[in-house]
Amino acid sequence: MHVVLDEPKCVASGQCVMAAPDVFDQRDEDGIAILLNENPGDELHAGVREAAAICPAAAILLAEK
Amino acid sequence: MKRVVIVGASAAGLAVAETLRREGFDGTLTLIGDEPYLPYDRPPLSKQLLTGDWDAERLALRTPADVTGLELDMLLGVPATGLDLADRTVQLGDGTPVPYDGLVIATGVRPRRLPGEGAHVLRTLDDALALRGVLKPGRRLVVVGAGFLGAEVAAVARQRGCDVTLLEPSPVPLAHAVGDEVGRVLTRAHLEHGVSLRCGVSVTEVAEHGVRLADGELVEGDAVLVAVGSLPNTEWLEGSGLSTGDGVMCDEYCEAARNVYAAGDVARWWNPLFDTVMRIEHRTNAAEQGMAAARNLLNPESRKPFAPVPYFWSDQYDMKIQAYGYLRGHDEVAVVEGDVTDGRFLAVYRTGDRLVGALAVGMPPKAIRQWRQAIAVRATWRDAVPDRSAAAV
Repeated sequence: MHVVLDEPKCVASGQCVMAAPDVFDQRDEDGIAILLNENPGDELHAGVREAAAICPAAAILLAEK
Repeated sequence: MKRVVIVGASAAGLAVAETLRREGFDGTLTLIGDEPYLPYDRPPLSKQLLTGDWDAERLALRTPADVTGLELDMLLGVPATGLDLADRTVQLGDGTPVPYDGLVIATGVRPRRLPGEGAHVLRTLDDALALRGVLKPGRRLVVVGAGFLGAEVAAVARQRGCDVTLLEPSPVPLAHAVGDEVGRVLTRAHLEHGVSLRCGVSVTEVAEHGVRLADGELVEGDAVLVAVGSLPNTEWLEGSGLSTGDGVMCDEYCEAARNVYAAGDVARWWNPLFDTVMRIEHRTNAAEQGMAAARNLLNPESRKPFAPVPYFWSDQYDMKIQAYGYLRGHDEVAVVEGDVTDGRFLAVYRTGDRLVGALAVGMPPKAIRQWRQAIAVRATWRDAVPDRSAAAV
């Protein structure tokens, strides 16, 4: 799985951090999401898919092989 | 279950479709939408799309390839006009019956209007493009309603060089939603940015060159936006037997009738976390509730109550407002961090003996996330806000 964060779309809701805290964080100054791991391991995939589905800005794109 | 029909092709409907496929549903999945577009995002309509920073393509919620991958039977540009629960069919506007084994209603809301012709409303992409076309420098825009939508449009219109008059019936904008103190912060932002804000005025109709107030005064403008709330799209369910007082009435599983669920703006359901019935018109709720409804429909033996902490955000001028919880009808507000006078603060809300909400402007995300967690675990006000006597407003 490859994760892409479309940062300009991010609305700083932090939903991704709650769904997949090992893969996403937020900047302190404005809350914009930070992608910690572009190629998360299998054990993280469910949380990342949840994050992508729940992102209110559709800013998380997944490429799955 | 072989055939699932989703009525409503926006954020909630899309979340239902994606969740069903992700969780292994391989039957026929029909997505019905009255707009002719693939699912697109609405919050930017009053923000980046209206400013002109984004074009319409940027609003797509998924790429065409992702949508294709869902293998949907997609019926766009056609409204659902009826539901027969006994026969398990949805009627379309062109007379076609669509049979289902499972149904999810996600038909959203539409803007409330005022008497008179020619006013803009803002709900759809077409609405937003029409409004954007009139937001030209020097043009006079009258915005009726200083709720979140009206406030966001007023801010964008000022940014685009329009003269803006913002009319609000209550004494303080958004006080019913966020409290007087926070409402006054928002008021101040409008005034600082040159919006002519008039509170306590009642608009009776849209007139030829503006709007008419209850006392007969004409407030002139080149264009009018009416942003006075919305109505759930439930007319097509009349006579179906579903309860549709203010939205589709559901239980805590988002089920309205056997194998009939509702999600998003149109759904009114029992949220056990707050021990109350609510209907939430927030973008994040559309996705969360769509996912919850899909899972409950697909797994009837292991259904879970939908008990979210609602979340919304609003961008106005240089402020980002974020809130968690259910603030409506709160009994008390306390500012626990920052200072409302400098526009950076975190306020928390009490209803009864519970902490029910937190709202932040210009605060670090981690500051508000811990309050969300406290709301999620049903923290009492006494435990969550120990020194409230010092901070109470």
